[in-house]
Amino acid sequence: MAGIVSITLQNNDEARPVIESILQDNPSANANYMPGAVKIDCPERLVVKAESVSERIGRDWDPQEIHLTIVSMGGSLDEDDDELVLSWGA
Amino acid sequence: MTPPRKKKMNLKQRYALMTRGLDWETSYQKMDDVFPYDTFEGIKITDWSKWEDPFRLTMDAYWKYQGEKERKLYAVLDSFAQNNGQLGISDARYVNAIKLFLTGVTPLEYQAHRHFAHLGRHIRGAGPRVAAQMQSLDELRHAQTQIHTISHYNKYFDGFAEFPHMHDRVWYLSVPKSFFDDACTAGPFEFFTAISFAFEYVLTNLLFVPFMSGAAYNGDLATVTFGFSAQSDEARHMTLGIEVIKFMLEQHPDNLPIVQKWVDKWFWRGHKMLGLVAMMMDYMLPKRIMSWKEAWEIYFTEAGGALFEDLSRYGLRVPKYADIATEEAEHISHQNWAIFYQYTQAAGFHTWLPTDEEMAWLSEKYPNTFDKYYRPRFEMWREMEAKGERFYNNALPQLCQTCQIPMGYTEPGDPTKIGFRSTEYKGDRYHFCSDGCKDIFENEPEKFAQAWLPVHQIFQGNCGGADLGDVLKWYHMENGTDNLDYSGSPDQQQWDAWQAARKKVAG
Ligand SMILES: [Fe+2]
Ligand SMILES: [Fe+2]
Repeated sequence: MAGIVSITLQNNDEARPVIESILQDNPSANANYMPGAVKIDCPERLVVKAESVSERIGRDWDPQEIHLTIVSMGGSLDEDDDELVLSWGA
Repeated sequence: MTPPRKKKMNLKQRYALMTRGLDWETSYQKMDDVFPYDTFEGIKITDWSKWEDPFRLTMDAYWKYQGEKERKLYAVLDSFAQNNGQLGISDARYVNAIKLFLTGVTPLEYQAHRHFAHLGRHIRGAGPRVAAQMQSLDELRHAQTQIHTISHYNKYFDGFAEFPHMHDRVWYLSVPKSFFDDACTAGPFEFFTAISFAFEYVLTNLLFVPFMSGAAYNGDLATVTFGFSAQSDEARHMTLGIEVIKFMLEQHPDNLPIVQKWVDKWFWRGHKMLGLVAMMMDYMLPKRIMSWKEAWEIYFTEAGGALFEDLSRYGLRVPKYADIATEEAEHISHQNWAIFYQYTQAAGFHTWLPTDEEMAWLSEKYPNTFDKYYRPRFEMWREMEAKGERFYNNALPQLCQTCQIPMGYTEPGDPTKIGFRSTEYKGDRYHFCSDGCKDIFENEPEKFAQAWLPVHQIFQGNCGGADLGDVLKWYHMENGTDNLDYSGSPDQQQWDAWQAARKKVAG
C-alpha cells in the first residue's frame, strides 16, 4: 500500500474554497464526504496552496487559517507562508 | 486580481524568534535543577534545537485563531440553547451516548490541561515547551466547552448532574480515569508517547471523527460544534505526537527500545479504552454513520499502516498485538454492550436491546460475527424481557488489573471462550483480560499492583456499603432515574410527551 496522506476538514462554507483548491491542486486526491466533514486522501503527498485559496476567496489567505476548519490529518506536515504540505518520509 | 501576498518576516523566522528566540540557558542555576524531570526515563536528547513545530504556530497567532474558534462555538451553543436544540435530535436514546462521552471524556480533558501545563513548564526544549503550553490551554477550552454543553442537556435529561463526582467513583468510568492517571504519573516522554502519539495521533480519529459525524447525523448541533471545534486543535496535537516520536528516535539509538515499549503499552491501553466508543457507535447512535469495524479499518489499518510503514525507517515496528486488536474490532462493541445491558442497574445512562432493524444493520456490518455469536444472546434477552424476566447480572464481575474492564472478552481465535490471564507478584495473584494487559502489568508491577479497582473497593467496604442501593448513593446515582433501561425511564417519558405536544401543534 502506497503511503496515503490525508486531511479532514469541516464541510462548511469557510472550508469549501480550501477543499476545492486541494482537489484542483492534487489531481490524485479523493474526497470522502461524511456528515459534517470531508476526508481527502491522496497517495504520498498533498499540498494546500495559499495562492489557490486566495484566488477563490478574493483576499490573501494565510495557510494558518487552516486551524479554523481542520478536523484531522495523516502524514507529516510542513507549513510555510505559501503552502501546507502533507507527506511521508519527511 | 488578488493583490500579491507579502509578509514582513516569514513564518520560519517568526517561529524561530518567538520560541527559541525567547529561551535562554540558565546561568546561576544548573539546567538540570531547573528541568529536573526530563532525564530519568532514560531518553537521551543531544540537541533540543533540532525540534521544530511543523505548523510553526506562535503564541500571538495562537490567540488570534483560538479567539475566533471560541466566538463561533459559543454563538452556536447559545442558539442551540435559545432554540431548544435538544428537541431536534434523532431520538432521546441518542443522549445516552452523550452522557457516556461527557462523563467519561470531559474530566480527561481537564486532566490533559493540567498535565500539559506541567510539561509546558518542565520540558527543556523551547519548541515542545511552547507546544505543550498551547495544548494545555486547548484542553482547558475543551473541558469548558463540553461542560457548557452538559449544562444545557442537564436541564432536560438525567445522568449528567454529577459528572465529576461520578468520574472518580463509578466502575466503568474508572477505565478512562485509570488510563489517564497512568499517563500523568509517568515521566514526560512517556506521557507524550501515551497521549500525544498513541492516543491523539494513532487512535483519536476513532473517537472524534466518526462520533462527531454521528452527532451531526443525529441532529446534535451542540456536540458537533464543540466536537469539531476541539478537533480543530487536534491536528496540532497530532503533529506534536508524531514529532515527539521522530525526535526521540532521531536523537539517540538507545531511545528506540524504550519508545517501542511505550508504543506497545499505550496502543493496547488505548484500544481497550476505545471499546467504549465502539459500543457507542454500534449500539447507541439511533442513526449510525459507520460501524466500529469500518472506522477501525480506515483509521487504524489504513492510516496507522501508512504511519508505521513510515516510522519503520527508525526501526520502530507496528505495536505488539495490533493483529489481535484488529481481530477484536469484530467483537468488542457487541461484548461491551452486553456487559452494560447486564449491569444497567449500576450505570449512569440507559440501555436497551437493538431493534430488528438495528440487528439487521449489525448483521450486515459484522457478517463474520454478529449472527453467529451475538444475535442469539440479544434475542434470548429479548424473549426474557417479553416474559417479564429481564436479565440482570447481580454478581460483581472480576476486573482486569490493567484496563479495569470486567473480564467479558474472549480468547483470540475463539469467541466462545472468555479469556483469562494471571500472574503472581509478591505473593498475590493478579488477573487480566488479555496478554496485552498482562504484559503491561509485568513490565511495571509495582505501579499496577496499586490500581484502584472498583469491584475490589466495593468488597473492601470503601464504596458506601454492601448492596446496590448503598453503592449507587455513593456514586450519586439516582436509582430508577439515572440507571436502568431507556424504556420506562423519565427521559423517555419526557421525550414522548414532547413528541406528542409537537404532533398536536402540527395538527
Ligand atoms: Fe482535548
Ligand atoms: Fe485488560
